[in-house]
Amino acid sequence: MKQKKTLLTVITIFVLFALVYLADQTLDPYKMRILNLCAIYVVLGLSMNLINGFTGLFSLGHAGFMAVGAYTTAILTMPDVVKGQNFFMAPMMKPLDTAHVPFFLALLISGILAGVVGYLIGAPALRLRGDYLAIATLGFAEIIRVVFTNMQSVTNGALGLKGIPVSANIWWTFGVALVTVLVIGSLINSSYGRAFKAIREDEIAAESMGINLFKHKVLAFTIGAFFAGIGGGLLGSLLGTIDPLMFRFFLTFNVLLIIILGGMGSITGTIISAFIITIGGELLRFLDESMTIGNLVIPGISGMRMVVFSALLMIVVLFFNRGIMGTKELSWDSFFNKFSKKPLAKGGNKQ
Amino acid sequence: MMNLNAVFQYFTNGMDLGTFLQHLTNGISLGSLYALVAIGYTMVYGTLRLINFAHGDVFMMTTYFAFYGVSTFMLPWYVSFILAVILTGALGMLLEKGAYRPLRNAPKISIMISAIGASFLLENLAVVLFGGRPKAFPSVKVLTDSVQFGSVSIQKLTFVIPIVTIIFLFGLLYLLNHTKTGMAMRAVAKDYETAGIMGVNVNLTISQTFAIGSMLAAVGGIMWGLKFPQIAPLMGVMPGLKAFIAAVIGGIGNIKGAVIGGFILGIGEIMIVAFLPSLSGYRDAFAFVFLIVILLFKPTGITGEKIAEKV
Repeated sequence: MKQKKTLLTVITIFVLFALVYLADQTLDPYKMRILNLCAIYVVLGLSMNLINGFTGLFSLGHAGFMAVGAYTTAILTMPDVVKGQNFFMAPMMKPLDTAHVPFFLALLISGILAGVVGYLIGAPALRLRGDYLAIATLGFAEIIRVVFTNMQSVTNGALGLKGIPVSANIWWTFGVALVTVLVIGSLINSSYGRAFKAIREDEIAAESMGINLFKHKVLAFTIGAFFAGIGGGLLGSLLGTIDPLMFRFFLTFNVLLIIILGGMGSITGTIISAFIITIGGELLRFLDESMTIGNLVIPGISGMRMVVFSALLMIVVLFFNRGIMGTKELSWDSFFNKFSKKPLAKGGNKQ
Repeated sequence: MMNLNAVFQYFTNGMDLGTFLQHLTNGISLGSLYALVAIGYTMVYGTLRLINFAHGDVFMMTTYFAFYGVSTFMLPWYVSFILAVILTGALGMLLEKGAYRPLRNAPKISIMISAIGASFLLENLAVVLFGGRPKAFPSVKVLTDSVQFGSVSIQKLTFVIPIVTIIFLFGLLYLLNHTKTGMAMRAVAKDYETAGIMGVNVNLTISQTFAIGSMLAAVGGIMWGLKFPQIAPLMGVMPGLKAFIAAVIGGIGNIKGAVIGGFILGIGEIMIVAFLPSLSGYRDAFAFVFLIVILLFKPTGITGEKIAEKV
């Protein structure tokens, strides 16, 4: 049975990449961009879900980690000439202005740096709980943004960076998303993952069972920050320009929306909802543009899309507060159970 | 006076007394505004154990109510301002009813997400209804004129703001400590289930708490509009966060603490920029750094007491 499931997983991955290849060949650049964004949001959503959904730490600092990742990737991949053009206010700091590494290494360094920042933030902040933790992490993210706005010679300040080489293509984004799913998936099913979930359910009970709270919280936080950094690096590389204003609380909110809709504590839920939210956001664009129904011309109201979006979030939270999947997962077992005519496999209760 | 000034300059790195006093009054009036908004956070937190993320946006809505009252409906400024305060109170009650009441027994994280959602909904609604471009807040000559003190000229508003704040603070303290409504509010804040059993109308009291908190934020919002006469849909975010930080610094749940926190934050922010101009770019980070330091070393704030967790 186990071998069969592994085989099915491998087949699914191949089918996924065949589809990616097909998309790469047939879809126009606009649709490709949306697909890329979907995959990046899968990475970001999973990294946030690891912290918020699986470990139950309400952290709102994601935009900060993404900023660290996006800037690192941008600085390490931009050619010298472009750097010179960008930094006309103040010259760039010495070793950075000629620093270059391949895209893969840049992403890895982004992740590691974001992880280090996550560790440095998490080590003191994770002593706090609930809303205090949320506000402290939000504060740290704002501090990162303000520091980036003021570090003229490293980040080009409020002007941002333009002309970042667009290395992130669909293979990169879906590849990274797949790796993230596999890594976080196996982490969740390991003893660490069980410890994370125990902490989420009841900290005091977990502690009395011998789980080192601090160690596991910091671990989840750091790994989450690592993947957020990689996601941020991919995002910067896909968009080609970044500036500090991009990394306001709104970006964290977008990712939060994905994990709420997908279900806090569900990997497959996060994947599904990353696609729904990103594609849905694009489909709702018609709300901002003017419409013609028969003779009637309804002028477009810019911003309407965001109103509908926030109203949707409210509806999900108020009426379906477990999201699409809750803490359940789509797995081969649940798939087989649904489609086999046999009664329950092991005779006992369905669970 | 000359001598005093020279001594003062010696200690303050060349800043003269007049300039210092100007910064101080500025800090006090900014601090009063933070204090007014912080009271709303602290009252709601005290009652529902919830950070009302939408409070800053309620504050923003007031400025638009006042703006339209004066510009579209041609009302005199005082009528428009009073109407704006009342409307904001109603908005606060609506917010509680729509976004928080259905989730009162839900897990905490859901309520908080609902609060964030309500905040974004208000911001985006404001963009759609009022337009994203900043508008000029109506100026009221009687309040925004300047008075001359020797060589320094100070806006009258700088004095009006702290006075109004203090009046409202005492009004609130009277309401809480000497009226039946106030007693009900304190009872609900202590333990709303028990208060309900003892015959307090919990829903009504929580509604009233939101209305009062929102109206105080409205007063703050109007004065903010007069002081910084440019209003935009996202203008409530930063003052809202800072007022929340003020509430945490003072010890969340404690009204006097919120006021003290507001003053510390307002004066600190202005003074840091005044004395260390090279850090002016970090002005917004100051409040957050302060918040984190407080959270790490004294999470219950200056006036807070430690609450042991029941197992």
